[in-house]
Amino acid sequence: MSEKTTVENLTFRQGVIDCIPTLLGYLSIGFAAGVIEATAGMSLLEIALLSLFLYAGSAQFIVAGMLTAGAPIMSIIVTVFFVNLRHLLLSAAIAPNFAKYSPLKNMLIGAQLTDETFGVAINRLTGPVANADKWMFGLNITAHLNWIVANLLGALLGGWIADPQRYGLHFALPAMFIGLAAMVVMQRKRYKQDLLVIACSAGSFALAFIWLPSYIAVMVAAVTAAIAGVVMEK
Amino acid sequence: MSISKEFVWILIGTALVTFIPRTLPLVFISKLELPEYVKKFLTHVPLAVMTALVVQSVLTSGEEWLSFGENLQWIALFPTLAVAVVTRSLLLTVLTGIATAALLAWLI
Repeated sequence: MSEKTTVENLTFRQGVIDCIPTLLGYLSIGFAAGVIEATAGMSLLEIALLSLFLYAGSAQFIVAGMLTAGAPIMSIIVTVFFVNLRHLLLSAAIAPNFAKYSPLKNMLIGAQLTDETFGVAINRLTGPVANADKWMFGLNITAHLNWIVANLLGALLGGWIADPQRYGLHFALPAMFIGLAAMVVMQRKRYKQDLLVIACSAGSFALAFIWLPSYIAVMVAAVTAAIAGVVMEK
Repeated sequence: MSISKEFVWILIGTALVTFIPRTLPLVFISKLELPEYVKKFLTHVPLAVMTALVVQSVLTSGEEWLSFGENLQWIALFPTLAVAVVTRSLLLTVLTGIATAALLAWLI
């Protein structure tokens, strides 16, 4: 725990600035999603609406893929539900930082919660801060706009860019997760405990991935490792 | 510019099942006094989730493990992690990851 005694005064503008490192990662994933959505036969308007209201990377890939495969509507919805269920954990973990705000405001904050904005927020909101709500809106709205633009660009320009792997952009998202994880560890300074949580998460993912789909394995790994963390603290 | 009827149902359905887990805890948990062990559990969630996402995004593709011999992108993990630890800058970390991955793609 950090021992800051001064209250940091956050702003909407600071939230926008703190979003910048995540832009490239989501730009490349959003671009790829846009390409696949267009290939699945979605119109630009449909792609914009999906990015606005669903706003979730892997889920949008899945919608496009299942549409192409001619899957029934209900099975698409059920699959997306499971893929996005991990947000339950993220939302719960971040909730104590927003305890003083109204339910309506917290609903708006949650509606735009993603792995990235969560990762940035959990690293930023460690000490006492003022205006966490405004800061979070700055972060969330910037990330969301970037996502919508990325999807539309992918749909419009996708055909012209061959093999984006050559530019290393596919690694922007993993790199962001690596950075966010490393920063959590360095901020908490509970190295022994945290390294065990890391090992447990990676190990349980590998194990769960034998039987379960990738996105469920992520959730199983996260819950198992977090429980291991609690047990270790005893 | 068109919207198919099928798409409208998919949009409403998928948006709703995503919105609910995203917002429910923020709306309700923040008003509850949680037991100590639940609070502790939640403090471990960020690292636990991020680690699983790293493993998923670096080492797997779809429902398969990447072949460590054929696909060498996992090598980019190391310089990326080193830069994250040394600089503590998310932007530099992301740029290092992209540069290393591009270098790997160019070399192989």
